[in-house]
Formats: sequence, structure tokens, C-alpha cells
Amino acid sequence: MWRDALLVAGKDLRIEARSRVATNQVAPFAVLVLVLFAFALDPDRGLLTRAAAGLFWVAVLFSALLAVQRAQTVESGEGTGDALRLSGLDPAGIFLGKAGAVVVQLFALELLLGAGVVVLYGVDPAGYAALGATAVAATLGLAAAGTLYGALATGSRGRETLLPLLLLPAVAPVLIAATRASEAALGIGGLDVAPGDWLALLGVFAVVYVAFGVVAFGPLMEEE
Amino acid sequence: MTTETSTTDMATTAPVPAGTATAGADVSEPVERSTSGPLALSLGLAAVLALGATVALGLTLPATVEQGAYSRLIAIHPGVAWASYIAVAVTALASALWLWPRTRSARWDRTAGASAEIGVVFTALTLATGSIWGRPTWGVWWVWDARLTLSALMLALYLGYLALRRVPASPDARARRSAVTALLAVAVVPLNHFAVTWWRTLHQGRSLAQLDPGNDVDGAFIAAMLLGLLAMTLVYAWLLVHRVRVARLEDEAEDAMLALAIAERRREAAPA
Repeated sequence: MWRDALLVAGKDLRIEARSRVATNQVAPFAVLVLVLFAFALDPDRGLLTRAAAGLFWVAVLFSALLAVQRAQTVESGEGTGDALRLSGLDPAGIFLGKAGAVVVQLFALELLLGAGVVVLYGVDPAGYAALGATAVAATLGLAAAGTLYGALATGSRGRETLLPLLLLPAVAPVLIAATRASEAALGIGGLDVAPGDWLALLGVFAVVYVAFGVVAFGPLMEEE
Repeated sequence: MTTETSTTDMATTAPVPAGTATAGADVSEPVERSTSGPLALSLGLAAVLALGATVALGLTLPATVEQGAYSRLIAIHPGVAWASYIAVAVTALASALWLWPRTRSARWDRTAGASAEIGVVFTALTLATGSIWGRPTWGVWWVWDARLTLSALMLALYLGYLALRRVPASPDARARRSAVTALLAVAVVPLNHFAVTWWRTLHQGRSLAQLDPGNDVDGAFIAAMLLGLLAMTLVYAWLLVHRVRVARLEDEAEDAMLALAIAERRREAAPA
């Protein structure tokens, strides 16, 4: 399973490295979202700095949608999906591999966006360990949920619009928990709930979706 | 069964009650054309009676000092919220039954879809009645309270589920996808619950908690609320029975159309 996962993740990342869709389209889009938030909120009154954690995760969420859609598009053309089904790879491995490739891309995006909020929103970076833990847990959950819903919505004509409708309400806890945990790490905003609880919530979310994906991906792949 | 008889049947036979479903004598298989039946009829009557009683009792409730006439919404709001929970639970249960190989049957898929549709309606009604109550009581149509947010998220989740059901696919593939999505949606509910509860809490305590002894809520309000719960449950069950039967008729009609089309193509191909 793990060997298959590495194979699939390597394949997806090689495709991304060669096609440069992630670097040429998704990354600029993510930065553009940060700029648009600045237009929407008055940049002068410290509003952006206080909202930075939430805006950061919303930008990650939107970029994750693009990354997941991209990961599904790769399998939809020229019978590649069938080839993957016939390859004899473990479906759980395929799921972990595709999710893993999305995780790597999202990590890169989060570094970029992190630099973006520091430069554009005037955030003082702090609490690196807590931020890192938050990012890892949230990204695993996002990638697993995204890959699973991507597979559910795949093969449908209205996929581009169906995926956000399925994914965004499902990952709402990730947005809430990641935002609060990041705010705690950065020392913004008052908190009633301990940052550890938010991290635990992110962890549980990631575990639930990874487990669900490992079990359900096989039957979902076989169907067409 | 020849194609001619089935065409005329499809075109001319009016809906007949379930008891006389075999009226189309030319059709070899008895096809039920109506969604009514003893169960649906009795559920419908009970639902109408309970709903009528709820309305009557709800409208005669005294206006309270703080909330005025709006407190009468207690006859409706907890009931529709309750029905939406039942609908979600039934969808999850039916999906699990479809996924379990021994109990796999198209019936569970139809039940899951039908229940989700009704659940979306009841969830929307819950949000609407809650908003109508919240405007005079809280001063705003919407507050970012945990339970309101959770209901809104549920509505979005199940709208997505219904959208997924609309995606054309083979019945088996669609049922599998839908069942997985429904179970995922239920798995997310506790996570959503914790997230929004830690995030915000403003809603007044659960309405059922008012039943605690020592709580000086007027008995008429409790009666109206409980009657509302019963009425909405009956309405839900009634709608569910009809919707499941409509879904089965849809499937049957689709099969019949397909068989007809195949037969026609065959006849075209056959030498005259």
C-alpha cells in the first residue's frame, strides 16, 4: 500500500512539476486572493492583521479546491483513469498517493501564503511550532477530504461546481479550527478554548477522512 | 408483453389506486401506478389531524410577556427541527443498509434519497422559522450561534448530497456514491458540532430541556411543542412513504422506456 502510494504521489508530483499548472496558475491565484481580501477590507485599520489567520486559511481552502480538481483532471483524460484502475495498484495506496501529492502542493502553497500574509498584512510571525503542527494536521485533513470528494464528484458533467458544494461545508471544521489554532499561535484574539483542543479536532478530522478514504476509495474507483 | 400494449397502457391508463394495481390486464407484471395505499392514507390522515390540532393549539397559546405572539412558534420550530434530524438519521441508516452487502437493495437507495430531500425541506423550514423568531427576540435575522451555524452547514451538506444524486450515472454507481457521501456527511456532523460549539454559543438551551421538573414553563406551551413534534414526525413519515414510491415509479418508468426503445430499435432492424 505504501509503495503504491509513493508511486502515485511521485507520478502526480512529476506531472505537476512538468506541466507547471500548480506554479503557474494555482500559486498566483492564491496570492491574488490575498490581494483581493485587502481590497475588500480596509487595509489601514489593522483589520487585515487581525483577520490574517482566517483569510490565510480561506485562501488555502480555495487553492485546495483547485489542486484537488487538478488532481482529478489528470486522471480523466485519455483513459488514464482506466489505466490506473487496471494497474493493479492498491486502491488505498492510490488514495494515499493522490492525497499525498495534494499535501505536498498545499504545503508549498502555505509557505507562499504565509510569506504573503507577513509581507502584505503586516503579521508578526510567532509560535512556529504551533503553526507548523496546525498546518500539518489541517493540510492532511483538507487533502484527504478533497481527494475523497473529488473521487465522488468525478465523472460528472457538473463536477467543477459540484466539488465546492460537497467539499466546502464538509471542511468547515478545518477552517474554524485551523484559524483559531493559528490565532492562538500568533497571539491574536481572545480565546475561550485551548489551542490544543483545536489541534485535536484537526487531528480527528484528518484521521476520519484518511480512514474513510482508505476504505471507500476502492469501491468508488471500481464503479464506472 | 408486446410493445404495442405497453405503449397504449402507458399513454391511456389513468393512475389507479394501489388495491387495483393489476387493472392493466395486458401488462404481465402488475405495475403499481399510484403512490397511495393503506399505510400512506392512514399516515396522511394522522398527519393532517395532528397538524390541525397543532395549529389550533398553537394559535390559542397565550402571548408571553417577553416574546409576544412569537413564542407561539414553539408549536412549529422544535417540530420541524426534530423532523430534520429524523430525516438525516434515516438517510444515514438507509445508506448503511445499502452499503451492507446482505441488505443491499434499491429500496434503501430510494429511501435515502427521499429522506434527504424531505430533510432539506425541514432544515430550511427550521432555519426560516428560527429566523422569524430571532428577528423580534434577538433583534437580528441571523446570529452566528453554534446551532444555527450547524443547521446551515447541514443544509449545505445535504444540498450537495442531493446535487450528487442528480448526476447521471448507472443506478448502482449512483447509489454507491450517494451512500458514501451520506455516511461522510453524518461522520462530519460531530466534528462540525464541536467546531461551531467551541466557536460560538448563544442559542437558548434545548427546548426539550424545558421538560425538567421545576421549570416554570406553562403547560400549554409544552403540550403545543410535543404535539408539534408528533405532527411533524407524521408529516415526515407520510411524505417519505409517498416520495419513496414516486422514486420507484420513476425507476420503473425509466426501465419501461428503455425496454420500449430497445424493442423499437430491434423492430426497425428486423426485416419487414
